[in-house]
Amino acid sequence: MENKGLTKVDLIFEKIDSHEVLAKGFKMSSDEIIQEMLDSGLKGRGGAGFPTGMKWKFTAAEKNPEKYIVCNADEGEPGTFKDREILDRVSNKVHGGMAIAGKAIGAKKGIVYLRGEYSYLLPKLMIELESFHKMINEIGYDFNIEYRMGSGAYICGEESALFESIEGKRGEPRNKPPYPTVSGVFHKPTSINNVETLVTAMMIIQHGAKNFIQYGTKDSRGSKVFSVSGDTPTPGIFELELGMTVQQFVNEFGDGDTKAVQVGGASGFCVPRKKFAETIIGFEGVPTGGSMKLFNSSRSMYNVLHNYLDFFTEESCGQCTPCRVGCQQLLLGVEKVKKGEAASTYLNELMKLADTMKIAAKCGLGQSVGNAFKSIVGNFKEEIIY
Amino acid sequence: MYQVGDLVKELSDKHGHARESLMPILQAIVQKHNYLTDEAMVEVARVLDISAAEVYGTASFYTFLDTQEKGKYVIRVCKTITCSMKGKSDIIHTIEEILKIKVGETTPDKQFSLIETNCIGWCHKAPAILINELPYTELTPEKVSEIIKDYMQK
Repeated sequence: MENKGLTKVDLIFEKIDSHEVLAKGFKMSSDEIIQEMLDSGLKGRGGAGFPTGMKWKFTAAEKNPEKYIVCNADEGEPGTFKDREILDRVSNKVHGGMAIAGKAIGAKKGIVYLRGEYSYLLPKLMIELESFHKMINEIGYDFNIEYRMGSGAYICGEESALFESIEGKRGEPRNKPPYPTVSGVFHKPTSINNVETLVTAMMIIQHGAKNFIQYGTKDSRGSKVFSVSGDTPTPGIFELELGMTVQQFVNEFGDGDTKAVQVGGASGFCVPRKKFAETIIGFEGVPTGGSMKLFNSSRSMYNVLHNYLDFFTEESCGQCTPCRVGCQQLLLGVEKVKKGEAASTYLNELMKLADTMKIAAKCGLGQSVGNAFKSIVGNFKEEIIY
Repeated sequence: MYQVGDLVKELSDKHGHARESLMPILQAIVQKHNYLTDEAMVEVARVLDISAAEVYGTASFYTFLDTQEKGKYVIRVCKTITCSMKGKSDIIHTIEEILKIKVGETTPDKQFSLIETNCIGWCHKAPAILINELPYTELTPEKVSEIIKDYMQK
C-alpha cells in the first residue's frame, strides 16, 4: 500500500484569478474537459467518491437540451463543516467549477442547494454571485446560477432527496435507477457535485491533471479538506494530501490519548487505536467526506453510538420501513442492552438488522447506519454492554 | 397568531406559482413570522392551486418550517456528538434558567423559543447554537448568558 505520510497543502483556499481559469476552461471542448477530469482521477468529495469525470461523461451523453448542474451544499454530516468555509472564503471557485461543469455536460443552468443552517452566508454569496455573473458575461459565456435553500433536513444531502426538495416537495429519496445523470432535478439530466469537488475541478483546469496527480495515491488522487473536531488541541479545517494513515493523522491532531477516530461522520466508520497504523484515510481504506472526529479515553463509546443513532432516528425521512423502523430498533436495542433488559447476545441480532438495512434501505442514509453501528459495537463491545 | 393577509400574494408574485416555488414561499413566511399557521398553509395552497395536504406534508417534513407557534427568536442548540461532548447541557441549563422555559417551550411573551437541533456545522467551535439564522460558537455559560441578555434588550 502506498503511504504518503501527512502533508499539509494549500490549493483549495488559494486565491486565484477566476477570469483567467474560466477563459481557459471555456476554450476547451466538452470532451477535453471531461478527459482532463478522467485523467485527474478526481473522485467526488462529498463522501461517496464517484469519479467526477464519469459523472460528467454520462450527463454529457444525454440528448436532452435542458440539463442542470447542481451544487450540493447541504453539508449535514455530523463533523463536517468544510463546505461552509469553502463557500465563505472562495465562492468564486465554487461558481467557477459549476460553469466548467456546465460547459462539460452542456448545461446552461446551475443550482446551489445550500443548507438552511448556513443561510447567514446568503447575503454575502448573493453579492459574489452577481460579480460572477458579470464576469462570465464579459468572457461571453452563457451560464446562470441560482441558490435554493434547505430547511433543516439532513436527508436532503442525498442527491435525489435534494432534487425533490428543489422541486418543492418532501425530501424523500427516489429509487435509483434512473440515476441523476439521466433523470435528476425536474427529471432532466443532472450532474450533482459536492462544493469541494467543483472547486477541485476548477483547480484541475488551472493546474492540469498532470500536476494534480502528483498529490495523493493511485486510488485517492489529490488533496482534500478535512474537518477536524472532538478531542484535539487543534480543531479546525485542514487541507491534507490523501493517502496518510489514521496513525499519522492522530500523531498530528490527537491529544496524546486518542482511543478512536470516527472517519466520515455518523455514517462513516469508527477506527479503534489498534487499527490506526494499518488504516489508510482514502478510498483504499476508510473513505471520508472530510469528517474526522477524535475521541480520547475519557469518552464513552456508548454515548457516541447513542448520539449517532438518535441522530439517524430523527433524520430518517421515514419513507422506507427498513430505515424508519431499523433506526428506532437499533437505538432501543442498545438502550436495552445497556440497562440489562436484554442479554448482550442481543447485539448480534442488532448487527444482523444493520446488515439488512444495508441491503433493504432505499437510500444511502439507511444503508450506512450500519457502518458506525457495526464498527463501534464491533470494536467497543464492552463499553456498549457495561 | 398572525394574519397572513397579502403576504402570500406578494411572495407568489415574487417566486412564481409553480410547485417549485413552495419552499421559497414557506421559507419567507417563516422568516417573517417564525412559524406557519394552518391559515397561512391553506392560503399558500389556494394561491399555488395545490392541496393543503401537499403544503402541510412539505412543511412538516422540514424542521425549520415550524408548524407550531414559535417565538420571535428561535434558539437552536446543537446536540450532536461534538457539541454534546463540549458542554451542550451546560448551555441549555443556562438558557433555561435565564428564560425560565424548558427545551421545546416558548416564553409567555412570545420572544424566545428554545429547541435542540442536529449538527449545524460548527463542531470545531463547539458548543454552538443558532439564534434564528445567526450562529454563535465556542460558547460558555457566561458567554451565552450575555448573548441571550443582549437579545432580551432588543
